[in-house]
Amino acid sequence: MTNIQSLSRTKTDTRNDRLFSLTVAVAGFFVLISLFAAAAMMFKGGWQAFSTFGMGFLFDANWDVAQGHYGAMVPIFGTIITSLIALLIAVPISFGIAIFLTELSPNWLRIPVSSAIELLAGIPSIIFGMWGLFILVPFLGEYVFPWLSENLGEKAVIGPLFQGPPLGIGVGTAGLVLAIMIIPFISSVMREVFLTVPTQLKESAYALGSTTTEVVWNIVLPYTRSAVIGGIFLGLGRALGETMAVTFVIGNAYEISAGLLNPGTSIASTIANEFGEAVDPLHKSSLLALGFVLFILTFCVLSIAKLMLRQLKKRDGN
Amino acid sequence: MSSTQRLYNRRRFYNAATMVLSGLATAFGLFFLVWILFVTFSKGFDALGLHLFTQMTPPPGEETGGMLNALVGSLMMCLVAVLMAAPIGIAAGTYLAEYVNYHWIGETIRFVNDILLSAPSIVLGLFVFTLVVEPTGGFSGWAGAIALGFIVLPVVVRTTDEMIRLVPVQMREAALSLGIPQRKVNTQILYRAAFPGILTGILLSLARISGETAPLLFTALNNQYWNTDMSKPMASVPGVVFQFAMSPFEYWNKLAWAGALIVTLFVLLISVFARVVLARKK
Repeated sequence: MTNIQSLSRTKTDTRNDRLFSLTVAVAGFFVLISLFAAAAMMFKGGWQAFSTFGMGFLFDANWDVAQGHYGAMVPIFGTIITSLIALLIAVPISFGIAIFLTELSPNWLRIPVSSAIELLAGIPSIIFGMWGLFILVPFLGEYVFPWLSENLGEKAVIGPLFQGPPLGIGVGTAGLVLAIMIIPFISSVMREVFLTVPTQLKESAYALGSTTTEVVWNIVLPYTRSAVIGGIFLGLGRALGETMAVTFVIGNAYEISAGLLNPGTSIASTIANEFGEAVDPLHKSSLLALGFVLFILTFCVLSIAKLMLRQLKKRDGN
Repeated sequence: MSSTQRLYNRRRFYNAATMVLSGLATAFGLFFLVWILFVTFSKGFDALGLHLFTQMTPPPGEETGGMLNALVGSLMMCLVAVLMAAPIGIAAGTYLAEYVNYHWIGETIRFVNDILLSAPSIVLGLFVFTLVVEPTGGFSGWAGAIALGFIVLPVVVRTTDEMIRLVPVQMREAALSLGIPQRKVNTQILYRAAFPGILTGILLSLARISGETAPLLFTALNNQYWNTDMSKPMASVPGVVFQFAMSPFEYWNKLAWAGALIVTLFVLLISVFARVVLARKK
């Protein structure tokens, strides 16, 4: 009798185990599918725009809602320019923070400083946007931008970068705000990978008489190069898709100009500003197509970031 | 001075300069943190008051009104988002850690999940617009909650996966050798051991969605009036903050700062609480 009981119990257990593993597998594949579904749905939504304007959609600089003509060049340009400005500012700063936290700072200061930098990552982007619009923009417009356009605007090569109305709103401001937002992401990756450098390597270099700077340049950086690049791409991925903070400070103007002080627009801010009011199906479809472009852009950047970061993991053997 | 001495001095100088620069970089980061928090707190406290929690959002030009409808809307959508996404996320994390760990399927799902984790939230908003809003024919609180759910999902998947993999193999082996079926090993041993970590992940995802604006703009839209019906457009605190901050009305701007402070405080409190939960485990 006990035999029969245990047999039937084994049966129900096997069945329930199968059910359980099936359930979790479905959930796992749900994650997989949702990313591709997102891409597919946006491509479908943007199909009207792609089929109306063809590949020219990507290279057309004319976005005119009144005429019903949509070209994505200006928002794409704005997205890439603001993200590059953000990287130019954020990468050296993050590198400095990572060096400070791993090599320079006394032990008791490490945890407070690194948690404070991480706190910066937790602040919602809309707060960055409000601070940018109400505090940073007036400050830049009054003190920094006029000085820049007066002192640098006439210079030969870099002059065009700093010409324009010193309003405080513009591509440069958006880049600065983005930089502050991605610093915690890049610096925390850098700090983490710097800590994976074997102590023996560093101590050998110190024993040969290297200074801290030389150890960082000649030992730490070469050892962690791919992961550092991965961290930078992770920050770039964040910057490309950031919406609210950019919408507040970029000025939302559809023109391509070299000037950092001029207003511009980005993919995300265009969508945020216009999608709610888009009545014309072609307008809506163009915005979805923009979303698809942004998705592909961030997908590529984030994939590179992941692959770069994975290389380091493999070398560690875990 | 010999050339060796000169070289030595130059190296010392470069070293000192790098160290000073890295210190300045850290000061730069901290400076902006303090500046942003200071502005949010000082402007927010000026506008803070009981009326925020008792009155609805005002129409343009009016000098009274609070954010009650937005607070309730945010709370409902965030909770529903977590309730929908957390179970799926925990299940998917279990699948990754226990069933397809070291398998190419697991690696692929992890890769996709990491991309989803960093994907722009506005793109998820557009996705849910095409998925829910267009077929159902209107903006709704449900659509907003689903959009937020897609932000919760990857966070929970990742923390669950990591936390379950941290549970010592011996615990699984001991349980299995006693003849306990695998599903019970998962639910009664691994989940119990990994619970603080999973809870931390859920809390962190809650902190993240409570400040999200972009995915709500074209899913939940906004609602000026009191509404607890999730099938209708719904107000949210970040959405109201966005609308009011961009407006020319001074009272609206004041309310926006108050809303910004509430969101920031909520996010900070949850992050601290999540850290406490995780720290108690150790």
